[in-house]
Amino acid sequence: MAEVMQESQPEVKVKEPLFGKAERKLLSDPINDNNPITVQILGVCSALAVTTLVYPSIIMAIAVIFVTAFSNLFTSMLRSTIPKSVRMIVQLVIIATLVTIVEQVLKAVNFPVYKQLSVFIGLIITNCIVMGRLEAFAMANKPWRSFLDGIGNGVGYGLILIIVAVFREVFGKGSLLAGSPLEMKIIGASDLYWVNTSTNPWFGWYMNNNMMVLSVAAMFILGILIWVQRSRNPKLIDIS
Amino acid sequence: MSALIKFLKKVEPDKKKSPFLHTLYDAVFTLVYTPDHVTKGGVHIRDGMDLKRTMVMVVIALQLCYVFGTWNIGQQHFAALGLYPGVFDGLHLKLIHGLIKVLPIFIVTHVVGLGIEIWYASKKGHGVEEGFLVTGALIPLIMPPDIPLWILAIAVGFATWIGKEAFGGTGRNIWNIALLARVFVFFAYPTEISGDQVWVSGLDAAAAGAGVDYGWFHLSFFNGIFDSLGWATFDPSATVIDGFTGATPLGLAYSGGWEAVTHVYSVDQMWWGDIPGSIGETAKPLILIGAVFLILIGIGSWRIMLSMFIGAAVMGLIFNGWGATPFMQVPWYYQFYMGSFFFAMAFMATDPVTAAGTNRGKWIYGLMIGALGLLIRVSNPAYPEGWMLAILFMNMFAPLIDHYVLEANMKKRLNRA
Repeated sequence: MAEVMQESQPEVKVKEPLFGKAERKLLSDPINDNNPITVQILGVCSALAVTTLVYPSIIMAIAVIFVTAFSNLFTSMLRSTIPKSVRMIVQLVIIATLVTIVEQVLKAVNFPVYKQLSVFIGLIITNCIVMGRLEAFAMANKPWRSFLDGIGNGVGYGLILIIVAVFREVFGKGSLLAGSPLEMKIIGASDLYWVNTSTNPWFGWYMNNNMMVLSVAAMFILGILIWVQRSRNPKLIDIS
Repeated sequence: MSALIKFLKKVEPDKKKSPFLHTLYDAVFTLVYTPDHVTKGGVHIRDGMDLKRTMVMVVIALQLCYVFGTWNIGQQHFAALGLYPGVFDGLHLKLIHGLIKVLPIFIVTHVVGLGIEIWYASKKGHGVEEGFLVTGALIPLIMPPDIPLWILAIAVGFATWIGKEAFGGTGRNIWNIALLARVFVFFAYPTEISGDQVWVSGLDAAAAGAGVDYGWFHLSFFNGIFDSLGWATFDPSATVIDGFTGATPLGLAYSGGWEAVTHVYSVDQMWWGDIPGSIGETAKPLILIGAVFLILIGIGSWRIMLSMFIGAAVMGLIFNGWGATPFMQVPWYYQFYMGSFFFAMAFMATDPVTAAGTNRGKWIYGLMIGALGLLIRVSNPAYPEGWMLAILFMNMFAPLIDHYVLEANMKKRLNRA
């Protein structure tokens, strides 16, 4: 964890605004300057595994946003009662409960996506982003702020997931949002696709890139994203 | 000659105003003349054998492979059609067909690769470092003749951009760039670079009765010229002969062992390279000439070449002793007749940037490549040739090998002291 926020707040009764500057920063910071994946390099494992298709990635992102937000909230509420020596166990119980809820809901609502994501929903428990935010932020901040921080980090994670998945699905499968109601079949060798490579005179040469289906491609795309982000964002330029 | 240098000095673009043009100019200038800049501060000896000369020597060593590869594309094409069996029969047709296949590959490789290289050089503000000359000469030789050019362009772009520029440019890459381009095609578009269909060019399909796939250059341009000269022309109605499958020796050996190979190809044929395969990898004697040339002028490391040979031979002997599949029973010395062992040994494994640097490290590096490459070739049906993956794998470990060789040496000397 490169950028750990250790803000111990003085226990003075100051009226905190609901969406003041600090709160907005909690939401916007993880999206770019302190992104959990591209800056802190956390949660890469699931980012490589679930991003072959966009739709499961969106579901995964929503699941992670839910888990980070509420585990942050509950841990922050309990932070003064949790004994220091067993805090990890308490945090894990909170995370595991939330993940189980997510898992059961997904199983009931959308079974095909649940099957696609398979173990990776369960593995949100071990996602370093969740535990990292609890340790680094929720244990030292008030519930509302912790909640916002959880949402911010979940969104930062989900955003990268979806960017990677868009590249992988479009170039690897020739479709977008496959499996969802909004399914778009873009390019492929049958009439179901918008551009049918077997009859189209201009795109007859096109073939899907098989490497994009392997998780190797996610590694490359992630690397390129980190490269682009570090060369664009002046705050990140001399981190390493 | 002085007229040339005067002309070059006159057309030199301004470095500040147009860095891209200046970089391009600098590349051409240093190719023709020795650069006139000297080291500043302190005394340094600069060898005349600089990076650019080293690179050019390797390119020279590859020329025989290019000539033979061009001929062999035509030879394999007409062998599939049952025409012009002799070496010099229909030579003009074979060479022209080869050129029609090789030239676009060569041009696309250089336009894409050099384009990226020059763009980065002008962005970083240094001269083009010619690293691409060798890579650009190697890539066409390791591609199948019918590779679609857009795939080639993506592969070369990937190799130069991700494999090289992302790591800092010439001399800083971890993996062999030419092999990265090939491995990209291999994983991204496997149907274009493996199987029986891709190694013989200019056919609709590598099966009996299939037609030929001639384009405008064959039928209108060159047929017109040959007609007016009274020579033989490309025949658009020719069909593939019965019994032709397009299988390479390795494919045959995997399914049926050495008998299946010799059933189709003779040992002489395989040694001289008259077999389907990547463009430049088939002619063993010509590759060995290139290898000897590289060793003599001190660029290629004989330690890597020899140890790679030993590694492969030992692995072949182990497989002979095991003998569980037909491929394992192929006599170990015949393993060298098939596939691209010599090309990988002479030009790929010896790349000074990605190979191990210490002498003892080179032995370990070569032995491991030889053993691993043959292991992949014999035991994995999905990867019919293993040298590419073995070399890339050992490239990754080369710095580690060097590290431990150095540590061991330090320890030894400390103990002695």
